[in-house]
Amino acid sequence: MPKQQANWSPYDNNGGSCVAVAGADYCVIAADTRMSTGYIILTRDYSKICKLADKCVMASSGFQADVKALQKHLAARHLIYQHQHSKQMSCPAMAQLLSNTLYYKRFFPYYSFNVLGGLDNEGKGCVFTYDAVGSYEKVGYSSQGSGSTLIMPFLDNQLKSPSPLLLPVQDAVTPLAEAEAVDLVKTVFASASERDIYTGDKLEIVVINADGIRREYMDLRKD
Amino acid sequence: MFRNQYDTDVTTWSPAGRLFQVEYAMEAVKQGSAAIGLRSKTHVVLGCVNKANSELSSHQKKIFKVDDHIGVAIAGLTADGRVLSRYMRNECINYNFTYESPLPVGRLVVQLADKAQVCTQRSWKRPYGVGLLVAGLDESGAHLYYNCPSGNYFEYQAFAIGSRSQAAKTYLERRFENFTDSSRDDLVKDAITAIRETLQGETLKSSICTIAVVGIGEPFHILDQGTVQQIIDTFEIAAEQEGPAAEPDAAEQSAAAADQGGSTDEGVAPMDI
Repeated sequence: MPKQQANWSPYDNNGGSCVAVAGADYCVIAADTRMSTGYIILTRDYSKICKLADKCVMASSGFQADVKALQKHLAARHLIYQHQHSKQMSCPAMAQLLSNTLYYKRFFPYYSFNVLGGLDNEGKGCVFTYDAVGSYEKVGYSSQGSGSTLIMPFLDNQLKSPSPLLLPVQDAVTPLAEAEAVDLVKTVFASASERDIYTGDKLEIVVINADGIRREYMDLRKD
Repeated sequence: MFRNQYDTDVTTWSPAGRLFQVEYAMEAVKQGSAAIGLRSKTHVVLGCVNKANSELSSHQKKIFKVDDHIGVAIAGLTADGRVLSRYMRNECINYNFTYESPLPVGRLVVQLADKAQVCTQRSWKRPYGVGLLVAGLDESGAHLYYNCPSGNYFEYQAFAIGSRSQAAKTYLERRFENFTDSSRDDLVKDAITAIRETLQGETLKSSICTIAVVGIGEPFHILDQGTVQQIIDTFEIAAEQEGPAAEPDAAEQSAAAADQGGSTDEGVAPMDI
């Protein structure tokens, strides 16, 4: 009998896109709210964004069952941290924890493509971007998910600092003001919804700054 | 109680049907500094006396947050208390992870009691030397439980454990019927007053006591020193006005406290109550 391939997969892709942009004293994290499987829309109103700590928010696209499990796991670990240290986890600490958690399942990964956004210990915006097994990097902005191929080049065009070889090294965080960054994110999702069938319905934007966390919504194309 | 030939092992019964090692563990609770708890229909307040080894050291932590809806105050071997708090925190986190809802206090105290019982029936273990006052909220309201090293647990309207706790218990016995309908602030005042009873004349200040509250709409938290000192100040003012009445009480409380150490030689074993 010739070798057979598995006709059942433990994974599914629920689609959607996530973006995060770091500023001097704020961080914008956004994701669409469409959850799909194949060509079917499961719901138009599902949040991919999760608050992990006071100044740390994660947006994840991919297999939402794995995403949910990952969020619960991190929330439980954060509680333990709070009991032991009597304080909230900082964003860089949570970033490392997320990486370790993902790699722990290196041989049966969380099918979850994450961006972590928040404020570091000095109140500056920070964004961390991950692959499914925990490889991560601190960046000024990032996108993950089905629309990321459309979104990332646009963000590069708008936000990327010139090569350090040409000009003096600049901070990775964008010099844009908070309102401008939010506008940029809205533009980016509106464009992605045009061509990516898995991105659309509604955009959920979370902004973290010194005053706390605020949430905003914007309608996207429903087709 | 005195040494005898049946007290070497926790797995040895005495002819009178007592396990002396377990009773000795309960003595350890009595040696710890005082902890008190009281509850109303909607709130539970825990308080404890901060004991420091010396002027130079900081005091031991005796009140622990277990979850948003549960907290615990301990008396006795604080190391054992710390370990049990960690166990309780884990149980709450795991239950919440599985059921997406808070662990009912009643369940937690049973698990704690079963854990304590194991140590009374293994020759290679010793009983935990700590008494726990577990304060928590669940769907059926506010609860206060006392878990002892024997593996027994009881629910209380108000209770005090540790050294000189008899003084606090007397005060609470007089007032407990009012607690069910007390407001949160009155409950806190009563807790601080109960703590003052155990101090036997030592000045009451916020550095000597720790107070924690949990209630409907109010997650478990420890009150900060400033708030506690303010409350203490309000009744120092009231106390000055009724000064003379307080003196006779202090005399009878010191008499009661003196004999609480040696009262369990013969008669009912404490864990059978």
